[in-house]
Amino acid sequence: MSVLRVEQLNKTFAAGGMFKAIGKAKRAVIDTSFDLQAGETLAIVGESGSGKSTTARLAMQLLAPDSGQIYWAGENVTHLRGAELRRRRSHIQMVFQDPYASLNPRMKIWQSVAEGLRVHRPDMTNIQRRDKVAATLALCGLDDSGMDRYPHQFSGGQRQRIGIARALIVEPKVLVLDEPVSALDVSVQAQILNLLKEIQLNTNLAYLFISHDLSVVRHIADRVSVMFAGQVVEQGKVADIFGHCAHPYTRALLDARPITHPDERNRGDVVMVIGEGMSDTGCAYQPRCAFKQDSCAAFDGKLNSQGCACLYPLSGRS
Amino acid sequence: MLERGEVIGHTAAMLELSDLSLSVSIQGKRVDAVSAVSLCLQPGRVLGLVGESGCGKSLTAQAILRLGEHQGVAKSSGDIRLDGNSLFAMSNEQLRKVRGGHIAMIFQEPMTALNPVFSIGSQVVEVIRLHLDLTKQQARQRAIDLLQNVGMQDAEQVLKQYPDALSGGMRQRVLIAMAMAADPDYIIADEPTTALDVSVQKRIIALLLDLQKKRNLGLLLVTHDFGLVAEMCDDVAVMYAGQIVESGTVSEIFDHPAHPYTRALMGCRPEVSLPGKPLPVISGQVPPPGRWPAGCHFAKRCPLATDECNNPVAADVWSRANHVTRCLHVGEPC
Ligand SMILES: Nc1ncnc2c1ncn2[C@@H]1O[C@H](COP(=O)(O)OP(=O)(O)OP(=O)(O)O)[C@@H](O)[C@H]1O
Ligand SMILES: Nc1ncnc2c1ncn2[C@@H]1O[C@H](COP(=O)(O)OP(=O)(O)OP(=O)(O)O)[C@@H](O)[C@H]1O
Ligand SMILES: [Mg+2]
Ligand SMILES: [Mg+2]
Repeated sequence: MSVLRVEQLNKTFAAGGMFKAIGKAKRAVIDTSFDLQAGETLAIVGESGSGKSTTARLAMQLLAPDSGQIYWAGENVTHLRGAELRRRRSHIQMVFQDPYASLNPRMKIWQSVAEGLRVHRPDMTNIQRRDKVAATLALCGLDDSGMDRYPHQFSGGQRQRIGIARALIVEPKVLVLDEPVSALDVSVQAQILNLLKEIQLNTNLAYLFISHDLSVVRHIADRVSVMFAGQVVEQGKVADIFGHCAHPYTRALLDARPITHPDERNRGDVVMVIGEGMSDTGCAYQPRCAFKQDSCAAFDGKLNSQGCACLYPLSGRS
Repeated sequence: MLERGEVIGHTAAMLELSDLSLSVSIQGKRVDAVSAVSLCLQPGRVLGLVGESGCGKSLTAQAILRLGEHQGVAKSSGDIRLDGNSLFAMSNEQLRKVRGGHIAMIFQEPMTALNPVFSIGSQVVEVIRLHLDLTKQQARQRAIDLLQNVGMQDAEQVLKQYPDALSGGMRQRVLIAMAMAADPDYIIADEPTTALDVSVQKRIIALLLDLQKKRNLGLLLVTHDFGLVAEMCDDVAVMYAGQIVESGTVSEIFDHPAHPYTRALMGCRPEVSLPGKPLPVISGQVPPPGRWPAGCHFAKRCPLATDECNNPVAADVWSRANHVTRCLHVGEPC
């Protein structure tokens, strides 16, 4: 069952701030589509500024698209506003990168976690809410002894568990996770990734998982969308993307992965990044692409039937 | 890698931390946050200092330039010697010469390390003239050379710009150029690529390694990322709760990690995990300064811990060529 589908989303930000006069409008998301099934994890990867977070905010209706459609559990919610939208918000919830910033330092943990219930379960009594918080914290591997403490009394990993509990309390069908483990140590990261897997197995929750760490993505995701300059340039199953990707940008991202053992130094990577920046016309990746041809200047950026937006895809992918 | 003790009394070129303990003030009480750390940095070699957040890596790194002292960090014992001379015996004047001139530092956050209200040019030139007796014009030329050396072709243009106008990767290049301003012998780099995009990280690493080789620099790389260690380091020291628990050459540590902490830390990386299996984890947390146990600091989280581990464990209780470990249970399966 499709729990989240977006079609041809576009979002342009007007030039702002001190560069208003000289600045260009920023096309942050261009013709982006994807479909997320219950129980599935779709990862969005790409460099800083490629439009990952904006795509997520559009999908969550925290930001209105210039064009395109958004479906939650099959229902078109693109034009819903106000109370109509609020009522449906429990469907899709978010976990942020920085567990410090996302919790109110003056609120007790149980109050922070219970916030969503105020809106979505006004029928519940205070006692019912506390019970629900305790149960949700337990699901996230925290016992109820911390309910009346404040965020600063918890470690980074515990705070991220609290952040997850806070999103889960309204029983969403989709969780958007924007770099949820990037601020954590590997040891704590492992705990959180295991927790997410376990929750998904038990609840059939779907994840939209934003990350720049490809090892994490490979571990957690079923499918991957690679974004560059606001566009999805390649999408596919994890095994296909990591095994034999077709887009030169995906290849460059994979090549930039850290090695795992000193013996892999000088592993003879084909370094295929030749320049910097991006093109406003034709294929956006042209300035960096070692395989660019004249015809790339007129490319429309559309994904082909294999899920790759390139006129000259790398061989090896059928 | 040199054995501990081997160098005492010599004045061979090296930067040596010996039994260095640092204390901080927590709730009005002075407690050690770094405990008897011994490290040796040599020209031409890259030493990685790894460990989880809060283990004392940055405190150790900053102590080398005697930074942090104004934030309440104080030496409680031990010494730091540059080519045999104690940094703690130096006058302010001598220390100023050492900072930047012999030992330079690169920090994690390239934005806060640059002043947003001055142009790149004025900041680079200022650093150069602090250490080298050059005219403004000569210093400017050196600034251009330095920026070109870190891969900025349009150096003249960059000099005119303000930090705001540069990407994170460009700023880190500028900071590396500034660190190189007075031709230091040693560079202390605290998480130099953590704040950068993956695609940029690789290039900054390549740049640092290139400079390190060409100038025979001794580089201390502080990181929590074993990938970076694999990529850059000759030697590795693993830190846990203020202590070095294991050190050795990079191939020793990767092929035969001996301390249960090192083994656990390397094992929970998703890139080496088995597909479809939960990741191995280390339960519990790093104890903060003031809450260290009397014995092995890792005992509480360690699958191999026994009663013996409640007594202090010597730093070199287990050793062999190029490898030292603070553990009584080396070789036992976890
Ligand atoms: N509110 C906004 N106003 C103006 N521009 C914006 C706004 N939000 C995002 N942008 C711009 O849109 C582009 C995409 O930003 P976005 O935050 O989606 O990138 P990202 O892929 O999430 O990057 P990162 O990995 O750094 O988080 C960037 O160029 C960014 O500067
Ligand atoms: N000036 C200070 N006063 C009191 N405590 C301090 C001070 N500086 C650091 N600490 C404490 O000392 C311990 C070690 O800190 P340090 O910054 O060296 O850790 P680190 O290994 O660099 O961690 P990270 O990977 O998060 O940067 C931490 O518990 C920290 O809270
Ligand atoms: Mg983002
Ligand atoms: Mg640090």
